[in-house]
Amino acid sequence: MNRTRREFIRTALERGLVVIGGTAFAALSCKDIFTDDGLKTHTGKRWGMAVDLLKCMKKESCVDCIAACHLGHNVPDIKEVKHAITWIWKDEFERVLPNVHDEYSPPAARHAGTILLCNHCANPPCVRVCPARATWKREDGIVVIDQHRCIGCRYCMAACPYGSRSFNWSDPRKFLAKERITPAYPTRTKGTVEKCEFCVERVDRGQGLLCVGACKEKALLFGDLNDPKSEVRAAMTGRTALRRKSELGTGPAVYYLL
Amino acid sequence: MFEKALHGSRRYWMLLATLGIIITAGAIAYRFQLREGLALTGLSRSVSWGLYIAQFTFLVGVAASAVTVVLPYYIHDYKTFGKITILGEFLAVPSVIMCLVFILVDLGQPFRVFHVIMYPSLSSLMFWDTVVLGMYLVLNIVIGWTVISAEYKRTAPPAWVKPLIYLSIPWAISIHTVTAFLYAGLPGRDLWLTAITGARFLASAFSSGPALLVLLCGMSRRFTGFDPGERAERSLAVIITYAFSAHVFFIVLEFFTAFYSGIPAQRASLAHLYWGWGDPGSLTIFTWVSIALGFGALGVLYSPARRRDGWLLAAVTAIFISVWLEKGLGFVVGGFIPDPLEHVAVYRPTAVESFIAAGVWAAGILVLVILFKITSGVRAQAQR
Repeated sequence: MNRTRREFIRTALERGLVVIGGTAFAALSCKDIFTDDGLKTHTGKRWGMAVDLLKCMKKESCVDCIAACHLGHNVPDIKEVKHAITWIWKDEFERVLPNVHDEYSPPAARHAGTILLCNHCANPPCVRVCPARATWKREDGIVVIDQHRCIGCRYCMAACPYGSRSFNWSDPRKFLAKERITPAYPTRTKGTVEKCEFCVERVDRGQGLLCVGACKEKALLFGDLNDPKSEVRAAMTGRTALRRKSELGTGPAVYYLL
Repeated sequence: MFEKALHGSRRYWMLLATLGIIITAGAIAYRFQLREGLALTGLSRSVSWGLYIAQFTFLVGVAASAVTVVLPYYIHDYKTFGKITILGEFLAVPSVIMCLVFILVDLGQPFRVFHVIMYPSLSSLMFWDTVVLGMYLVLNIVIGWTVISAEYKRTAPPAWVKPLIYLSIPWAISIHTVTAFLYAGLPGRDLWLTAITGARFLASAFSSGPALLVLLCGMSRRFTGFDPGERAERSLAVIITYAFSAHVFFIVLEFFTAFYSGIPAQRASLAHLYWGWGDPGSLTIFTWVSIALGFGALGVLYSPARRRDGWLLAAVTAIFISVWLEKGLGFVVGGFIPDPLEHVAVYRPTAVESFIAAGVWAAGILVLVILFKITSGVRAQAQR
């Protein structure tokens, strides 16, 4: 850290102005309160995902995407639910999309596990609350975490309305068998928060996502939401696309297709 | 002046020794937590904050409550509080210290705590809370120490301390408001996401803080040569009565909105806390002890004849415990239940967690005892 005090104060002031200005702007631009979640304001790429539920629910016991992600990212396999680390996982449909579920929903939709991951929100509350700027949204919409800066306060976990963040309650390496470690990806230490990062390390090299590649049903689609010709946007055409708790204004980038 | 803390009765040294033992036990427990991680606590991916952060929240309230004696004395020239304003200010000092230590022991990576200063995030309420708490600590140390030094030297306090005292009044309100904002601005946490969280925090703070102050006045009279005066205690009792009534009223407001609107997410946490929805073996028992103690205390406090002596001490003890259970446990944990996927997870503090919390409390009490020992020593000398 070679920053001078002057630089430090300038950065602090700049960021203060951005926050105050941003709040004022958000408060004044009432016109778009219900529709504008930051998706359209972006000129460049915005990475997003579509989960084709009809395809995904075909095989209830399938965990291919989860296995591929967790293997490739050295996510420890902790059996104790309380301390589990999950980048991508499954829960009951009615918990994932409670607004769509009712007592007349077909049983298949009710009981099949539904895929969950970080929503890479356009307006992420986790980023807003982080006191160390250890998590942020990239220009392309991917929300990432700096494992070396995270202080482990877990404020982001309280702020995330999707339960998408996991904390290393103990040393994660204890739960990683040696032969199971993927050397190309770092392992983590105890006391920090982690989550799905949309395979940022692969996306930046022009490669696809591990979970997307692992799905034999092609139920997961990834691409640029700002590009109408992208695969993900094409998949959404003519389908009902749902987002989790979109009423909270977070602007999730993961769409569930019915 | 510090020598006042170095001469004491056998009982004084016994107390310090006992606190020292509890602090040591807490430190040993923390050593384990540091090595093994927060897995040694009862926290989980569902309930990711618990006892530590709840203690922090409760103690910010105790710290802020100094304003209930400082404001009447300095703004309204309410002389009755003349002898106890310094006790209020000195109560704030260990309270803030405990707050900061509770944050520290809750961190997964405590050695990185300075990242909060190195990479300040002005959009984070936790950054602002650290700033206002740190400043409040400095204010109260400077004010308290300057005022008591002046008394020790039998001179008037220097003029420059007055503006600091006036500044400390809005500052006290600010620390608890900012702490409330930590919770009240989170989308999807419906127990916290209410505009009256800040008001609730202040009402519960202005009942629990003065309650502790009354207890400390009682102890001071009994065990030291310094008597803060019964009138001051009775005045504090009136403040406690109003503040605690407001606290109860605010809870009623929460219930009305949640249950008359019928919105499930609004109802869930309250239903869990108050009658164990989702898990009968939950925190319900603590909630009802809190309610019973609260109403029992109000019964006593509403009768002016009983607002004294043993009755008063019993009532303020009940108020303190009642608020501690509601805010130092229920409010924070309840906010995580149900979790974002509507699971109900059980949270129980573990032994390690409880030892660490007890150790932090003991450290706070140690600082408090020393500060009060100095104050009562100086005061007893002046009374002679």
